[in-house]
Amino acid sequence: MYKLSNLLLACVLVFSVNAQENAGLRLPAGFSATLFADQIGTARHIAINDKGILYAKLNNANKAGQSIVRMEDANGDGIAEKISGWGKYGGTGIYVRGSQLYASSDDAVYLYQLDANGEVINPTSPKTIIQNLHSRRQHASKSITLDPKGNIYVNIGAYSNACQEKDRSVGSKGMMPCPILDSAGGIWKFDGSKENQSYAEGKRYATGLRNVIGLDWNNTTNSLFVTQHGRDQLNTFYPTMYTDAQNAELPAETMYEMKEGDDAGWPYVYYDPFQKKKILSPEYGGDGKLEGEKNALDPLVAFPAHMAPMALLFYKGNQFPAKYKEGAFIAFHGSWNRAPLPQEGYFVAFVPFKNGKPSGEWEIFANGFAGPDNNKSPRGAKARPCGLAEGPDGSLYVSDDSKGAIFKISFNK
Amino acid sequence: MQKMQFKIVSLILVALFYCIQGNAQNMKNGKKIYETRCLACHQADGGGVPNMNAPLDAASNVVGTDIARLVRIIRYGYNERIALDGFYYSNAMTASPDLKDNELADLLTYIRNSWSNKASAITVAQVQAAKKKK
Ligand code: HEC
Repeated sequence: MYKLSNLLLACVLVFSVNAQENAGLRLPAGFSATLFADQIGTARHIAINDKGILYAKLNNANKAGQSIVRMEDANGDGIAEKISGWGKYGGTGIYVRGSQLYASSDDAVYLYQLDANGEVINPTSPKTIIQNLHSRRQHASKSITLDPKGNIYVNIGAYSNACQEKDRSVGSKGMMPCPILDSAGGIWKFDGSKENQSYAEGKRYATGLRNVIGLDWNNTTNSLFVTQHGRDQLNTFYPTMYTDAQNAELPAETMYEMKEGDDAGWPYVYYDPFQKKKILSPEYGGDGKLEGEKNALDPLVAFPAHMAPMALLFYKGNQFPAKYKEGAFIAFHGSWNRAPLPQEGYFVAFVPFKNGKPSGEWEIFANGFAGPDNNKSPRGAKARPCGLAEGPDGSLYVSDDSKGAIFKISFNK
Repeated sequence: MQKMQFKIVSLILVALFYCIQGNAQNMKNGKKIYETRCLACHQADGGGVPNMNAPLDAASNVVGTDIARLVRIIRYGYNERIALDGFYYSNAMTASPDLKDNELADLLTYIRNSWSNKASAITVAQVQAAKKKK
């Protein structure tokens, strides 16, 4: 009897441990995951310092009234036990280098000073580096990254779907030229150390990007890479041109290498991954076949439509197997505009790179964020990948902005 | 006498049947409009998209009494970014200015009685009154 109950207990234990295995994620062989933190708030982008202290920028202040959360795993068990925070404004971007921590609201970028323990010194008096950027609800979040020289690159998303005269309205034409592009729909470059900059002090670095949330500096190519969210609702506005099934697959979500002055073609064209062409937008007279904007960039990688790439990270570490070195991880939020077809995304993808160029097909790296019921409705998703960061030991961290989980993914030699 | 009673009962039954049928037909019409014009953003489960497209399921305004506001939102679109049940949504809602009064009534009846929502059906007369309110 005693033995039987022990056996039962063991079964229950094994079962519950299994239920938690890899924090519910599905990973390639040899990888494991822990739930580094949970319920911290709407964690958008994350950054990690050289001591392994993780910072998350929240979209809205959490219950504790914090919008930047500091997480530390002092005992090294893969779970942060020291969690604190500061800041009152919502936002997306966060970037840490040495003792400097940059964080963005939807219209500004602030700079904080950290002490030797990675604790913030000036929580209520950061320097304002950039201010008064357009924040007009749609695509308002400001993602940031820096180059080695200390220039800061900021995404200013277009406050529109396809630059129609009346946004998201049936039959409304595209504006020619699109007036949004002078102050949004691209990447702006600023000096990372100067205060109180705005449009006049910055420079439109690249244009024709509807909304970029994932961006990273690539040290191999010494250039900026971005992932764009393609336009929505081709079937809603042009039901005779695009079926629901076509809308679910068009246009591709895209990755570009953006050099100064580059144009990715929004709103005049979108990228069709089947024809492998830049197709003229129907708002600008397109019919699903006519091409346009010959001088605009072609994407380096085309992903399935509407999956919403939220973060891009080039892997620099040595912990993961060699194939991952210098490759790109992309966090996909998960789609909504594939409905009525099933939603997709809600995973972290990987693209292998060699010498600064994609060297193979993209693949799913970490999946299962939406939860085990596989009911991929945006509201029902258990977690929606949003931010990525690489720890000093080469572990990969993934943030979730719906319930506020942080996952830590490691390779077990 | 018994015959009379039978007649009345069957009359009531027939009337009831037509009532339910009518409602079912209204719901069916509403569903069709929802699927072509609203589902893309508000989703099949009425849950919307967190931070982006407001949920209609379990939304206090949707099952509430301000029918004029609902009619206005559907006809003219919506992009005010005020807190809805405590949350903000970033997207701009597409207007449907061409829906007829009976279509608006059916669509409202549908969103007020789908998923976990349970509220009164909306009649054409109510839509017309709502339009007058501006
Ligand atoms: C392009 C996406 C989109 C489409 C299509 C759309 N909506 Fe909306 N809807 C929204 C967004 C976004 C909001 C919230 C806007 C805001 O907060 O400013 C909203 C808000 C609403 C609200 C108010 C909810 C509340 O809690 O007060 C109602 C009602 C509504 N929509 C109904 C509909 C119906 C019915 C349709 C179809 C005819 C529809 N919507 C089509 C995006 C959309």
